[in-house]
Amino acid sequence: MRWLVLVLSLGQLVVAGQAAGAEREYREVTIADPYIELHTGPGRGFPVFFVAERGEQIELVKRRTEWFKVRVGRGEEGWVHFEQLQTTLNPDGGEFDLPALGFSDYAARRWEVGVLYGDYGGANIISAYGSRTFTPNLSGELSVSEALGRFSDSTMATVNIVHLMYPDWRVSPYFTLGAGVINTEPKATLVATVDRTDSLAQVGAGVRMYLTRRFVFRAEYKAHVVFTSRDDNEEVREWKAGFSFFF
Amino acid sequence: MESRFLLLFLTLTFVVGGLTGCGRDRLVRTDEGGPPPVIDPEVARRDVEPPRIDTEDFEVGVFLGQVSVEDFGVNTVAGARFAYHVTEGFFVELAAGQADTELTSFERLSGAAQLLTDDEREYGYYNVSLGYNIFPGEGFVGRRRAFNMATYVIGGVGRTTFAGDDRFTVNLGVGMRLMPLDWFAIHGDIRDHVFDIDLLGQEKTSHNLEAHVGVTFFF
Repeated sequence: MRWLVLVLSLGQLVVAGQAAGAEREYREVTIADPYIELHTGPGRGFPVFFVAERGEQIELVKRRTEWFKVRVGRGEEGWVHFEQLQTTLNPDGGEFDLPALGFSDYAARRWEVGVLYGDYGGANIISAYGSRTFTPNLSGELSVSEALGRFSDSTMATVNIVHLMYPDWRVSPYFTLGAGVINTEPKATLVATVDRTDSLAQVGAGVRMYLTRRFVFRAEYKAHVVFTSRDDNEEVREWKAGFSFFF
Repeated sequence: MESRFLLLFLTLTFVVGGLTGCGRDRLVRTDEGGPPPVIDPEVARRDVEPPRIDTEDFEVGVFLGQVSVEDFGVNTVAGARFAYHVTEGFFVELAAGQADTELTSFERLSGAAQLLTDDEREYGYYNVSLGYNIFPGEGFVGRRRAFNMATYVIGGVGRTTFAGDDRFTVNLGVGMRLMPLDWFAIHGDIRDHVFDIDLLGQEKTSHNLEAHVGVTFFF
């Protein structure tokens, strides 16, 4: 219940923030397209209810995904797709640099978080990772995974170095090398088993694809060597695919 | 006589001017030696920082509903969700929920037999899902009022902790988002949580249907 309280108070904060924002000043631009269409909501399904023409001053109230909420001179507020605002002008006549997210932002990314799902030696694996880009090619990754299998569940934490081969391509292969720890807990329905924690090393390769805005798709294969306390090391193969966001 | 007054006036003007600092500018400039410029343009540009545009792509909220845990009755579920809207169509959602399950029919009828301890009876889950707004548009309430809304399909993977074990879970569902305000939404969701369970001796796939309503805030 504690997190429920946390979320509720977070929600209240958001509401308070919204109320405080009511007095704020908005960015003003001048329409350069022949006209812009104001929709009632931020999406393709919402009807156009107003049209503002070239030369009119509008205020940019907020943004959601590719849609901007604008206020026109007569006080009408509606949502405009960013394509119609791409040529708008600043009050000083200069071109308004629309904060659109694109491939150039992807190339300049510093932080990235993502979620991957796949197969870890027959078990289902869910991973979450955070990554920091050091150079266009190199990045460091911290990853936490949970593998849920028929006979045991594992929790894994790893640190990886990732080498992206062609950082200026939309689709690029990469190599990765890492190490970490894995804790394996056998299912409660099995008898006479013990929990164990082992260290592991991994090597892998994958491919990343820039999709849109902050969205990246990635898929990878990793070979793990788990250094068990038994006579033989355990070798596990892992296949994963998922999405990540950069900022 | 006249010239004396004029002299006095000029002297006064000079003294007052000197004391109040009028014409100091010119004096300084003459000190520099060059002739005073005819036009003195103010070349320093005002640096106007344009106000930032508020981006509201994140959504956070709570939900409350009922979940039917296979063999373990229909129970109240409470949870929280966090979503990031990638495009107008796609969004990614992280959700977690919890329910206390009741006794199975077998446990009730047999009287004493208990399949699970109280701790194991707690049903909890988290999941990561990808959603898509299939029917965005306006919904009409009465003749005068229109609300922005969207029907979405959603599915993902996650973990369910139940009966002493963690189980890999796939969830699939549909939901409706009603938006009375730009930053406030009311959700109605139906989800099916599917996982394999071998609690009763034989492994079987269990479907656990959940229906909940929730509120979210965009920020």
